[in-house]
Amino acid sequence: MALTGLDIYKLLPKTNCGDCGSPTCLAFAMKLASKQTSLDECPHVSDEARAKLGSAAQPPIRLVTIGTGDRKVELGNETVLFRHEETFYHQTALAIRLKEDDPESESRVEDINKLRFVRVGEDISVDLVALTEESGDPEKYSAFVERCRANTNLALILVSGSPDCLKAALEKAGDTRPLIYAATAGNLEEMAGLARQYSCPLAVRGKGPEETARLADRIKEIGVEDLVLDTSPASLRDELTDQVIIRRQALKRHFRPLGYPTIAFTDPNTDKFSRALEASVFIAKYAAIVVTDLSEPEYILPLLTTRQNIYTDPQKPIQMEPKLYEVGNPDRSSPLLVTTNFSLTYFTVEGEVEASRIPAYLLIVDTEGTSVLTAWAADKFNAETITRALDESGVVEKLDHKNLVLPGYVAVLSGKLEDESGWKVLVGPKEASGIPKFLKAMKKRSA
Amino acid sequence: MEEIKEKWTGAVNTVTVGATEKEGGTRKSTVTIGGETTLPFLHFEGSIPYRPALALDVLDNLPEEWPEVLKEPYRDVLDNPAQWAALCEEKYGADMICLRLKSLHPDWGDTAPERAAETVQAVLEATTIPLIIWGCDDPEKDNLALPLCAQAAAGENCLIGFATEDNYKTLAVACLADHHKIVAQSPIDINIAKQVNILISEMGYKPEDIVIDPNTGALGYGIEYTYSIMERIRLAALDGDRMMAMPIICDVGFDSWRTKEAKALKEQFPGWGDEGVRGPLWEAMTAVLLLQAGGDIVNLRHPMALEKVRKQIDALMGNGE
Repeated sequence: MALTGLDIYKLLPKTNCGDCGSPTCLAFAMKLASKQTSLDECPHVSDEARAKLGSAAQPPIRLVTIGTGDRKVELGNETVLFRHEETFYHQTALAIRLKEDDPESESRVEDINKLRFVRVGEDISVDLVALTEESGDPEKYSAFVERCRANTNLALILVSGSPDCLKAALEKAGDTRPLIYAATAGNLEEMAGLARQYSCPLAVRGKGPEETARLADRIKEIGVEDLVLDTSPASLRDELTDQVIIRRQALKRHFRPLGYPTIAFTDPNTDKFSRALEASVFIAKYAAIVVTDLSEPEYILPLLTTRQNIYTDPQKPIQMEPKLYEVGNPDRSSPLLVTTNFSLTYFTVEGEVEASRIPAYLLIVDTEGTSVLTAWAADKFNAETITRALDESGVVEKLDHKNLVLPGYVAVLSGKLEDESGWKVLVGPKEASGIPKFLKAMKKRSA
Repeated sequence: MEEIKEKWTGAVNTVTVGATEKEGGTRKSTVTIGGETTLPFLHFEGSIPYRPALALDVLDNLPEEWPEVLKEPYRDVLDNPAQWAALCEEKYGADMICLRLKSLHPDWGDTAPERAAETVQAVLEATTIPLIIWGCDDPEKDNLALPLCAQAAAGENCLIGFATEDNYKTLAVACLADHHKIVAQSPIDINIAKQVNILISEMGYKPEDIVIDPNTGALGYGIEYTYSIMERIRLAALDGDRMMAMPIICDVGFDSWRTKEAKALKEQFPGWGDEGVRGPLWEAMTAVLLLQAGGDIVNLRHPMALEKVRKQIDALMGNGE
């Protein structure tokens, strides 16, 4: 039976010390009730309370951290099956696999470091490198790990079936909290021992969700709890099924042995294009880590974009940076259109202006990510905010005219905006789809 | 571990497009979509009787603005819709053709409605697979042309788009008269999606013959909105809402090839990599993601996108249980 925030609060120290990261014990209790944090965050909770709260206070999917410092990666702690129900919290970490025997691996580390892009004002990049042992030689493998580590500050996954190789590598890089991949039925005790000794998260690989759950449970008994699950599916179809089963078991049944983030691998035996598509499916359907050997930007950019989109909080739409944008190559006589900084509004307007093949300036006003009508209703898109945006953009220096096109839905603003800004207002179409026609007519009139 | 299966009460409608000679048309094959009793590709939980279908776009005017990467596969046929459609069928293996009557639009040629009907006829003669007929998105011209097209394609059981909240009557009447399936389009809005279905049904048109176009945002350009609207539509269908039980069509080619990331050359953005892969991949990834949200038909443009999306569908359909 789930406990309420108040039930939990009664069992907490009630000192409001803030050591858990929440300002008060009540706030912490509320977070626990909504499974947004773990009881482990409170250093002062009594053993009695811990026993009472038990699994009721645990998030249904454990939060697992790989790496340390700036580039640490947090996984898990998800609360829903569909993003519209709330949001997905910890975005899928993208890992690029480097093989020990590949002479190019070390130069590729440099390329991977450069896989960073800026999309709609957000920095998006690869998160992890998966260093794969192939020699069976602890010395060789640990040297490889050491060299790669020296060349990147990305968090690491150490991939090997050999506890000896892993131990050697952990001697060199254990302090960076890499993910150890993976414990299986055959090496479970040794792998769990390494994870304990070096305080590292551990991947668990079983055959299917059932066996994986059993292995995870045994490892937990040994005292290792930061786990990542791999069900070693034989096909994309099985992978999707397993991911869904694990997420549902964790969220809907509170089945602890599957309450961990998951890891998925793209199929190395298929073509690169298909591997990228596979990875996009894993991002959409619940994988916390996707490991791939793709590293060319034409594959990575769409994958990082997929991740950015799927993990966008539906309550907090992506906002465009409010500023002056150029569509095509506008000149001093080009039209100026004004709209809001809701990303979808911007994309639609920009797309239509581009389709018209008439170069134009687009002034994006800060409306806190709301669309034209919503922003107008909330008084965020008005004569004052538009005038301020005009002034701050410096657009007046770029044009030989002082005419602006206002979205048709807010035609009512025209008079006041003209008074306030000194610009002449042309009322544009209500829907963006009318923009090409409007711009063409405008051009004809002025020609 | 207890088994965990949802007990859905509803199912997606089954829709067939195209008609063979026996059924009064001239198609050699038909396409059936829908019928799912579970979420996309979750075979363990319910039935997924039909594979999602893949259409290739054919335009009725020369797409000068297309990037080279996209023009290349159609180099010799871009000015001839019938030959273009035949190439899509014979060489690239499309399940369907989506004929886009863009030249009707006042901004893109303002051609006569009669010409659109002739193009429909020519494409039907040049191909043997089912046809989707896509209006030019100018309500006046579409209302003049689409009824003529419906008539020209009578008996062929086409899928014709699109009806919107403000403009559905003419098309619904035409599809009713000549026995075609209809696309109901809404602007990434679940309430309007349902409303259009209701409006069309109130005209006496069978809800079972409607396909929903929720309006596609491309990858990087609002796909998350489309994705969630589609998931919500599909969940409503599985929960038994008959006015949301229609299969879904995703107009992916058009939207994804408008994006900068699909079109830009490597010279312009060296950090973005080879456009020969990036463009088709942008399109294919948009498609693959929307298939995860419940897409039943996807309109595509690049043959490589078609080939690779089909490969993903093969892998996800697997050997049916």
